[in-house]
Order: sequence, then structure tokens, then C-alpha cells
Amino acid sequence: MTALLGPMATMVWKDILLELRSRELVVSVIVFGLLVVIVFSFAIDPAPGQAKTLAPGILWVAFAFAATLAMNRAFIREQEAGALEGLLVSPVSRDAIFLAKTATSFLFMLLIEAILLPAYAVMLGFSALSWTLGLTIVLATLGFALIGTLFSALAAQTRSREILLPVLFFPIVLPVILGAVESTTRAIGGETFVGIGRWLPLIAVFDAVFLVICPWVFSYVVED
Amino acid sequence: MNARNSDFAILAEGLEKSYREWPVLWNLEMAVPWGEALSLFGSNGSGKTTLLRILATSARPDAGTVRIAGHDLRRHTAEVRRRVGVVGHRSFLYDDLTPRENLNYYARLYGIRDRDVRISDALERVGLSARANHRVRTLSNGMQRRAAIARAILHQPDVLLLDEPETGLDQDSRQMLGGLLGQWTSEGRSVVLTTHDIELGIEWGHRSAVLSGGRLSFHRADSGAIQKALSVLEPLEACQQSRGPAEGRERPRKQGEQ
Repeated sequence: MTALLGPMATMVWKDILLELRSRELVVSVIVFGLLVVIVFSFAIDPAPGQAKTLAPGILWVAFAFAATLAMNRAFIREQEAGALEGLLVSPVSRDAIFLAKTATSFLFMLLIEAILLPAYAVMLGFSALSWTLGLTIVLATLGFALIGTLFSALAAQTRSREILLPVLFFPIVLPVILGAVESTTRAIGGETFVGIGRWLPLIAVFDAVFLVICPWVFSYVVED
Repeated sequence: MNARNSDFAILAEGLEKSYREWPVLWNLEMAVPWGEALSLFGSNGSGKTTLLRILATSARPDAGTVRIAGHDLRRHTAEVRRRVGVVGHRSFLYDDLTPRENLNYYARLYGIRDRDVRISDALERVGLSARANHRVRTLSNGMQRRAAIARAILHQPDVLLLDEPETGLDQDSRQMLGGLLGQWTSEGRSVVLTTHDIELGIEWGHRSAVLSGGRLSFHRADSGAIQKALSVLEPLEACQQSRGPAEGRERPRKQGEQ
């Protein structure tokens, strides 16, 4: 376990340090996320009563698009000076590399969502103060990070990486978006964990399945 | 230094690698003794980089066996990775980190304990101590190359693999690298390098080999002989490329294959 966690911590810290130096990911994704909601607000122009109904859908469409932008950078940064190859010829296991990149994407996305959520709540007129909503965001973001990291590794090796990632990402991550929208609808409607029923467990099961599958597939994706 | 449980630093037998229908390495045999540097020559596309990538474990061979420091490449991959240092075409370094930070990052991944001492020693050996705390993106290509060499020797590997290491290096840097390789082999470690500079390859290597037709042919350290081998082989390869991958050559069969 230490053999896995030590290198993972090193890789996550390196990604955080690079982001602190370049500030190219978090800032641009936050600006993008805000623009998405502003465009939705102008395009749909919801009446006060409608806003709560539409908010979950808008929220998760914005989060999902923001996730694809953030994930796109996950392996491009590694590819830029061949650093991924440096990692692959080091004695670090492929599982540790995948889980570290997933953890970094997960942390960055949570930070971005924590900044965007209050802004969305104000613009769309709902209360973001809900434990259920918080748990939904954590579980759905983990799903985004797992799938997004895997496909980011795959897409980074192709010329059409910016197009390929969303094309691969959205069909697979659809159950998570569906579960997150349903769960958010109930959470901002004031329901507790019990009222949310099967949606949170659905996302949790999805996360658990892909937590097993993705590292295994990743080792084949990066192999020549 | 690591215990050496093999007569050879590198021993490859029946090595084969193809990209789709195009065979690159065919039934390649290779043995590099301890304390020796082998210089590999070959025209563009002859498979030099592919061979180094297989030895570095970043490409998987289709057939054949490779043992590095006595460890089988397929079965003991992590052990092999600990014993190999790689200088590729690219630096493997992060532009927004300094050379010292990059080396610290790799030192942690390789589980090196006395990191500060090793990092300072590696930077000293490549003459980069003065620029160790400047971001990589602010360094010249030659300095980035030096930093890449420091990264490759940081964990004191038994085998050093260098793909055209002279690229981007000025005369002083080439001398530094030549001295480093000499010291490396005199300590009993081994080196495999590829180059297009025949004189330099002969100067740096104890032995020389030309890679063509997927196989290695070994030559004495004589630039005329190597030049002759390259000039004979290059038109053959040009001919193969115009005719397609397998035409005119019979692919060596694997054991038991009809």
C-alpha cells in the first residue's frame, strides 16, 4: 500500500505545484463554467418558479463540460516534454500513475465546483446548503475523474485529442449525469438521503465498478 | 552498486517487433558485457529508437527474450526499470519546475533515500549546479539536455540507454558527456547509445554495431568499416520501403512455427 501511496502523493503534489505556477487550468475552467450558466440563463430566461426545475440540469451540464476541459489537460501536460514516458520507464506501477492523475483531476474539479456552486445558486435561485447535494457532487465528480482520466490518457496519444475526449467521455458518463441530476433535483427540493432513493447508490456503484476497471484498462492504453 | 547475477548487462535473443505489418526488429541478437559501451548506428527508421524503447520497457517486444542485469524484461519489469536510466529524444522534464525540483520528483518516484546528496551530485556531474534553481523553460536546449542526463543517472542505473545524446550539445557538453560515459563504464556499468555521428560513436563506444534489416551487425571500431556498412545497407532499405514491408525478405519464424 505504501508503494502505491508514496508515488501517488509525489505525483499529486507535482501536479498541484505545476498548477500553482501556471494557473492555466483552474482559472480558465472557472471562467468557462460561469459563461455556460450565463449563456443558459439568457437563452432559457426561466421564470422564478421554473428556475429550481431547470437548475439541476444546467448545473450538471456545466459541470460535465467543465470536467472535459479540465481532464483534457491531465495528460497533455505529461505529454509536452515526454514526461509521461519518463513516468512509464520509472518503477512506479501503472495503477499508481492512473490513481494519482485521477486524484489530481478529482481535487481540481472539486475546487472548481466549490467556487462555481455558490455562483450558480445565486444565478439560478436555489439553496446550495445541503449535505445531500454535497455528497452527490463528490460521488459524481469521482465518476467524472475516473472516466475522464482514462479517456484523457487515450485521447492524448491522438491528434484529435480535444474532440476525442468528449466523444468518448459523455456516452460512458451518462448514468452519472442522470443520477446526479435526479439526486440534485431532490436535494434542492429539500429531501434527505432517504428521499433520494436509488440515485446516490447508483452513482456509488458506478464509481466502484470503474475504480476497478479503469486502472486495469489504463495499463493497456499506455502500453506500446 | 546492485549485485550482478548475470554475465551480461544486456542479453537479447530472438527479439522481434513490428508496427502493424511493418517489421522493425527481426530475430535480433544482442549481448552487452558489463563495463562496456555499445554504439548503435543505423539509417533513419532502422529501429534504433524502437530497440532502446524495448530495453527501457516502454515498448513491448512481439517475440524474443531480453534480460537486463539478469532480470527478465517481461517478468521482472519493475526490477529492470530500477536498473535502467534513459535519455530519450525528449527531456522527460516539466518546464515549470526547476532541474532540482524535477530531479527531486524523480528521486521520490525511484525511492532514493539520500535525495539531496544524489541530486547535488548528479547536477554537479553534468555541470548544471549554477542553474539548478531556474525553471527548465528558461534553460537553453543544451542545458535541458544536461538536465535530462542528470535525471537519467540520478538513481545510478546499471545500464544507461541514450538515444542520440549528442543532439543539441555544444563541444564542452559533448566532452562532459564523453567523460561521464567513460567514468560510468569504468565503474563496471554499461551503456548503449545511438548516434548518427560515426566518429563520436566510435570514441564513446567500446564496440560498434549497425542496425539494419531488423538485425545488428557488429563492426570493429573503424569509421571506414561502419560508413561502408551504412552505405551498403541504406539503398537496400530505400528499396524495401518502395516495395512494401515483407516483399523480398522472409520473416524469421518463431520456434514451432511452420
